[in-house]
Amino acid sequence: MATLIVNGVSHEIEADPAQPLLWALRETLKLNGTKFGCGIAQCGACTVHVEGQPVRACQTPLGAVDGLEVTTIEGLADADGQMHALQQAWIDHQVPQCGYCQSGQLMSAAALLAETPAPSDADIDRAMQGNICRCGMYGRIKSAIKQAALQMPQPSPEPAMQETGDIDAEETTNG
Amino acid sequence: MGKWTRRGFITAGVLTTGALVVGVGIRPGHRAPKLAGMVTSEDETLINAWVKIDTDNVITAIAPHSEMGQGAQTAITQMLADEMDADWEKIAFMEAPATEEFANYALAREYAAGNLTLPRFMEGTVDGVFMAMTKRMELQITGGSTSVRFTGQRGMRIAGAAAREMLIKAAAKDWDVPATQIRSEDAYLYHDASERKARYADFAAAAADYMPPAQPKLKSSADFKIIGKSKQRLDIPSKVDGSAVFGIDIDLPGMKYAAVKAAPVIGSKITSIDARGVSTMPGVVKIIKDDYFVAIVADGYWQASQALGQLDVRYENSPAKDLNQDAIFENFRQSMSAAVSEGKEKKDIAYGDARKALDSAAQVFEAEYSVPFLAHACMEPMNATVRIEGESAEIWTGTQNPLSIRNAVAETLGFKKDNVTLHNQFMGGGFGRRSSTDYPVMAAKIAAQCDFPIKMIWSREETTQQDWYRPASISRFKIGLDEAGQPVSWDQQYIDKLDPPEASHPIYNLSDVFVHYVESDHHIRFGPWRSVDHTQHGFYIESLVDELAHAAGQDGYTYRRALLADKPRHLAVLDATAKAANWGRTLPDGHGLGISIVESFGTICAQCVEVDMSNGEPKVTHVYSVADPGFVVNPDGFAAQIESGVIYGLTAALHGEITIEEGRVMQSNFHDYPIMRMADAPEIHVETINSGARLGGGGEPGTPPTAPALTNAIFNATGQRIRNLPVMTGLTSSV
Ligand code: FES
Ligand code: FES
Repeated sequence: MATLIVNGVSHEIEADPAQPLLWALRETLKLNGTKFGCGIAQCGACTVHVEGQPVRACQTPLGAVDGLEVTTIEGLADADGQMHALQQAWIDHQVPQCGYCQSGQLMSAAALLAETPAPSDADIDRAMQGNICRCGMYGRIKSAIKQAALQMPQPSPEPAMQETGDIDAEETTNG
Repeated sequence: MGKWTRRGFITAGVLTTGALVVGVGIRPGHRAPKLAGMVTSEDETLINAWVKIDTDNVITAIAPHSEMGQGAQTAITQMLADEMDADWEKIAFMEAPATEEFANYALAREYAAGNLTLPRFMEGTVDGVFMAMTKRMELQITGGSTSVRFTGQRGMRIAGAAAREMLIKAAAKDWDVPATQIRSEDAYLYHDASERKARYADFAAAAADYMPPAQPKLKSSADFKIIGKSKQRLDIPSKVDGSAVFGIDIDLPGMKYAAVKAAPVIGSKITSIDARGVSTMPGVVKIIKDDYFVAIVADGYWQASQALGQLDVRYENSPAKDLNQDAIFENFRQSMSAAVSEGKEKKDIAYGDARKALDSAAQVFEAEYSVPFLAHACMEPMNATVRIEGESAEIWTGTQNPLSIRNAVAETLGFKKDNVTLHNQFMGGGFGRRSSTDYPVMAAKIAAQCDFPIKMIWSREETTQQDWYRPASISRFKIGLDEAGQPVSWDQQYIDKLDPPEASHPIYNLSDVFVHYVESDHHIRFGPWRSVDHTQHGFYIESLVDELAHAAGQDGYTYRRALLADKPRHLAVLDATAKAANWGRTLPDGHGLGISIVESFGTICAQCVEVDMSNGEPKVTHVYSVADPGFVVNPDGFAAQIESGVIYGLTAALHGEITIEEGRVMQSNFHDYPIMRMADAPEIHVETINSGARLGGGGEPGTPPTAPALTNAIFNATGQRIRNLPVMTGLTSSV
């Protein structure tokens, strides 16, 4: 038995603790937005947030997320249903093609912006490296992330530099 | 409920040249059961099979094309909406169900009228004139870049214009004014003189009493309001919040999950299984052994796949087991040489006298190129969900080929076709893979042994190893050149001719041509792979022409220009591409620029690839692509297709390789069948030319020029000619 807090709602899941989170989300909780692509953490289609960190649900055993907060694509919009800036940017840039990879892309991008509100191109490449888009929409994904970044609350430079002395000063000022 | 009146299907064929049958007249409660489901409430009137107007004046386009990301549903809806003067804010799309009434009539007609031969994957179903052909062919295929240019152009526009004329006719009668005094705009009808105004919906029922005009007046491109505009795709909002339903997302009450495995040597039989210890594993419900696959049905997919991993499966000892990659290519070479020496070449196309012209040529240039097998690697693994009750079956899956699936499942189960219903879903990638019937048929076989619905999901490994592959092939050229290095004789030989027939026909101005092929005899199965034969012939021909250019001391752009001097559309595309890439500029150290041009599916597409070789490995920095599809219905959607085609082509060119050892596919997942990722993706510049020529496709033409433009760029940077794909293998093996 594992307790999962998914998109703010707590669930008791009766399953083998070795079972990957992906299948509990899809089959038990019927949250089908999180996709199965490879099963071996190679494609990112199954990306969700655990305590805000992007993880590959296909390789995350239920036992490892017992009692933790999980966010899926269904929980990316805010409580009032207001889309995340990334979702709007995805529409503005007409990012999805087949769309199958896009839940995972959005979750990876959302984790990036939460951590790095004004990412450089290299930051974006790094954060998105685990997500394959077989339809090849990388250029649009990148543009959409940049658009959404403009709407992210940016940390004021001074406190950010004080709190995290190792952050590259340029990164905190160029947004 | 009122009286149920049966109305005749005019798909039976009201048609004169240039006009299409626009569809079906139907009323609520129509007894044709497959169509009745589309009329969701009593107060909706379906004017015809292509367009529905409901009571809140929302217009729904209904088309027999599935969505795999190519945006075709939106583009053909634009075509309908524009001709109909619909309100784009109040328009919807519905995919036509898999029934013969929706067989792709326009597709058939285009093939019949356009002097094109039918692709092989449709063969065996064609019979007779196209009127009869449509139904008999049961064409309902999304592929070959057909949606916009066939269904959209020949079906949707006419349907929209016809619907509009019928509405005007109905209003004219009711208002007792001449039809010519009625104008239409944003789904409203106006009679300005009497200041009358009505919604289309108000006259929908009355309009349905008229037969659609056989030749409605179509707009000229100057009057387009919706066609030619970058309308946002209708399916995209559902693809950013997880709500889009793909085949794999279907959930039925009481459903169980199946994991499957077929023989690694494709097509071999399974002799026995040892299920000891497996049947008692948690969640396992059933173990099924078919001649060709095993399935484990369990309460959850993970449980099913865990159990499958423990199952001991024995396979027959097929002769294909001894086949290796090297032997396949060696056999190709031997059979090619034998065909020539024995005079047993299969003719593809010939004009002039290439052999004779070769004798008098000043020089002879010979080259051999090769391409490997490729998998489609759709993002969504193959899957299908099937529920069987008594003598009827329902299938939920994403397919490019709904009618064939319905028929194949009916045949497999021994059911009447009418008792098999297919619910087509969004596809997480198609690229040709989802035109095969194997995966739904397998799911149906499993469901037939269960008294509950099953969702069958292939693992990524199974999806990679049980594909229908882009064929591996070799091509040899023997080109006679004059003193100046211009080709005077063109002899090309290659392995296996599939589709489309013109893929191997050179676009260049040549006088003496002989193109011929031999057929392979290995067991690896072929399927259409994004742009089909154009992928290999684009690479062969455009690599060769580049080599000829350099042999003649010219650059690839100038040399091609001369050979296309009498083809203004090709020249315009080539010139625009060179201009976009700023051809001839001084490149950064280690960079190279390559050019290519391929015409496929009616669209001419040229590309320049810029590659950075300074680290020894190719890093593609820019791709400049210009295409002339005749007219672009949705410019941004078209651009997205080209971008997609370029990345697809680059992935294949750089890394794509399925290898065969002991008769089996060696690759299994994305670690050994790598797909280009963001950090390696180039900037892509896309331009389109609206030449006004007959409409070409969008989904496939972006792929064929990419590989040769890349290898030509590598040559430009390093002097190293890559004749064997993929590049990464070619680079290391030829160093
Ligand atoms: S399915 Fe989890 S990374 Fe591919
Ligand atoms: S949109 Fe199809 S895989 Fe990304």
